[in-house]
Amino acid sequence: MAGAASWSFNENDFKQIQTHLLAFLRDSNARCALLVDRNGQLVATVGETPQFDPTAFASLTAADFSANDQLAKMIGEAEFASLVHQGERESMYLADVAKRVILVVLFDQRATLGLVKLKAKSVVGELNKVFAEMFNRVGTGQAQQKGLLEGAEDEIDKLFG
Amino acid sequence: MSMINYASREINCKLVYYGPGLGGKTTNLEHIYGKVSPNTRGKMISLATETERTLFFDFLPVDLGTIRGFKTRFHLYTVPGQVYYNASRKLILKGVDGIVFVADSQIERMEANVESMQNLYDNMAEYGYDLTKIPFVIQYNKRDLPNAAPIKDLQASLNPGWPIEDATRQKQTPDPAHPGETLVDKIGGEWVGHAPYHEAVAVRGDGVFDTLKAVSKFVLKTLS
Repeated sequence: MAGAASWSFNENDFKQIQTHLLAFLRDSNARCALLVDRNGQLVATVGETPQFDPTAFASLTAADFSANDQLAKMIGEAEFASLVHQGERESMYLADVAKRVILVVLFDQRATLGLVKLKAKSVVGELNKVFAEMFNRVGTGQAQQKGLLEGAEDEIDKLFG
Repeated sequence: MSMINYASREINCKLVYYGPGLGGKTTNLEHIYGKVSPNTRGKMISLATETERTLFFDFLPVDLGTIRGFKTRFHLYTVPGQVYYNASRKLILKGVDGIVFVADSQIERMEANVESMQNLYDNMAEYGYDLTKIPFVIQYNKRDLPNAAPIKDLQASLNPGWPIEDATRQKQTPDPAHPGETLVDKIGGEWVGHAPYHEAVAVRGDGVFDTLKAVSKFVLKTLS
C-alpha cells in the first residue's frame, strides 16, 4: 500500500449521523456531540455550538485516544473502547465508532455519566452501522474523489502560483 | 488519509514534518503561523515540555484555497525529534497524506539525520505505507550556518534514490525547483527516483513556504 486509503461521506450520511446524534443528545441530556476521525479531522458537530476551536479540539482528541490505545496494549488490553474525562462542571465521554471514528460527548451537571454511557452504547451501535456502510462504499468513494479533482491540475498549479 | 466532506465541501489532508531533534520542524510551523492570515489558519497547538521541546506534536490547520468549490484544508503536524519519543512519533504518522523531512544541514548532525530518516522509513513500513510512493519532500534547513554540509553530500546520504518500477513513471523528469537536475532519471540502465528537496533557513522563513507549497501541491496532484 502506497499510503492510507481515503474516504468520503455525502450529505445523506451526514443527515443520518445528525439524526442519530440529535436523538442521543435529547435522551442523555448531554450538550454536544462531536465525531472526529482517528487522524484528527472533525467529521460532524451536533448540539450546542462549542465555544472552543473545534479543529484543534479534534486533533487533540485523536491524539488522546491514540495514546490511550497504546497504553491499553501495554497493560495487555486490546483497546480502551471508551474514555471519561471528568471535570468539576464540564465532562467528556469518548467512545470508539467502527475503529475509525471517535464519538466525543460533552456534558455538564444536567446529565449523569451513567445515563450518557447507557445512551451512548446504543448510539454507537447505530453509528457503527452507518460507518460500516460508508466504508463498504470505498470503491464508490474513491471514484467520487477521483472525479472531484480529475483534470484539476491547472487549478492546483494556479493555487500555488 | 485525506477525507472529503461533501456536506461542508472540504478536502482535509494531513501533512507531517519529520526529522531529527532541534532540526527546525516547529520553527517551520511557527513561521507559517506568523505569516498566514488569521482568516485562513486555525490555532496552533504545541504539546511541548517546559524547555519548549516538542513532547507529542505541534498542530496547525491551514486553508490553502479552493479547488472545484472545495476548501483545501491541510493539517500540519510536527513530531518530537528526540529518539526516545518514538511511540508518540509513530502515532502522529497514522493516516498521513504527505511528509516533509526537515534535515539539519550541520555536518555534526549528519548521523542524526540518517538515523531519523531510517526511523521514518521503518515507522511508515509498520503501518504498511511505502515512503517512496507517497508525497514526500526533503527540506535542508539551516543553510546559513558556516558548518552546513554541501547539498550534494546531504543528497548522497539522505536522498540517494530508489528504483522506479512503475513503467508510467519511467521517464526523465526535470526537477522544477533546480534547473539542470532531475527527479527521475536513468542511471546505469536503471530508472531511479529522488524526493524533491528545498533549501531553507526556517528561522528567517527562507524556503518554508516553498517546501509547504511543494508538498501540498504533490498531495493534491496525487488525488487528481
